[in-house]
Amino acid sequence: MLSQRIIETIVGFFLLAAILAFVALAFKVSGLTSFFKQEGYDITAAFDDIGQLKVRGSVKIGGVTVGEVTAIKIDATSYKAIVTMRINAAINDIPTDSSASILTAGLLGDNYIAITPMYGKEFLKNGDEIQETHSAMILEKLIGQFLFSVSHPGEKSPNLPEEGAKI
Amino acid sequence: MFNRIGMLGHIGLNVLEKYGRAGMILYRAIFRIPNISKGFPLVLQQIYAEGVLSLLIIVVSALFIGMVVALQGYHTLSKFGAAQQLGPLVALSVARELGPVVTALLFAGRAGSALAAEIGLMKATEQLSSMEMMAVDPLQRVIAPRFWGGFISMPLLTLIFNMVAIYGAYLVGVKWLGMDAGAFWSNMQSAVDFRLDIVNGIYKSVVFGAVVTWIALYQGYDAVPTSAGIANATTRTVVYSSLAVLGLDFVLTAMMIGGW
Repeated sequence: MLSQRIIETIVGFFLLAAILAFVALAFKVSGLTSFFKQEGYDITAAFDDIGQLKVRGSVKIGGVTVGEVTAIKIDATSYKAIVTMRINAAINDIPTDSSASILTAGLLGDNYIAITPMYGKEFLKNGDEIQETHSAMILEKLIGQFLFSVSHPGEKSPNLPEEGAKI
Repeated sequence: MFNRIGMLGHIGLNVLEKYGRAGMILYRAIFRIPNISKGFPLVLQQIYAEGVLSLLIIVVSALFIGMVVALQGYHTLSKFGAAQQLGPLVALSVARELGPVVTALLFAGRAGSALAAEIGLMKATEQLSSMEMMAVDPLQRVIAPRFWGGFISMPLLTLIFNMVAIYGAYLVGVKWLGMDAGAFWSNMQSAVDFRLDIVNGIYKSVVFGAVVTWIALYQGYDAVPTSAGIANATTRTVVYSSLAVLGLDFVLTAMMIGGW
């Protein structure tokens, strides 16, 4: 039998290993990051339709993840979806006239927000709103519009957005 | 005819008596005011004997289970063009099911059988009786620390199992099959919920730890004090605890999915 002192040390290491595993499970596997707010700043954008976008969805510029969606709510007066995004503090030079669009990763993948930077001289900061937004492309709607335009050639689809709005 | 029914009643009473005895042993062992200064070193020794010494088999099995789930999952998922979802597949199946259940089965085989044999031999060599002669309660001195040792070790082993299995899946998926590491982890993080998946898995392992240790202690304490009796007790420990773990796993899963 080992001495009590050695047993205590070994059990201590065992507990330590289990605690490390627990921390790794919490933060690496289940992505429990809300304890520590990531360094960054919040910006918002109003979309007509966010499709399947979810909280914790990624925000990308040129395909590189620069932040994540932290909240989605509906604006009671305009009925637009207000999406709040947290952008990493390192990316602090997004021009204010940039546009945000909701894209889909692959044909059936998750939705994410792609920010297309423009050439303005002023940069987005905490609490700013991106004015120019493009809604999610909803496959069912597109198919519906396509079927309507095939069966009613020459007519305007009832679901079609008004002139000037972007799909 | 009446004889047959009488036999059935006899069996039923016997089974009930066994459950009652098992319950009484557990009750008298743990529902006491603990003597911390005397009990704590004993519990530590049992965590060492049941937890630390089981670590090798747990880690090796976890690594291989994680690797094989990743390999099988990748093979099947790529048929649907969904190989990117390997991370969630592995993490969810390990955290929710495989982690607690396989750890409990290995724990029953490694630590449970050892407990039953040890206590059975203590009984056969009349060590338990001699403790009583010295006014030392064997339930306090022998059974209680072993119960707490298993109760504490099992969740810790499950946590280590989960992490090692997911790392094994990472090795196969990312390092060998060439998946994107970012997609592996980020899909996993968006699919796995801390409260619903990880914590529920830990609840399961706590229940399994208590049940496996309890069965082992009862079988050892109640063993017929002969070599054949100890062999029987060891076998029954492994069989009963495996069955109890698998059955309880279904009940617990149904309760958790039912939002109980």
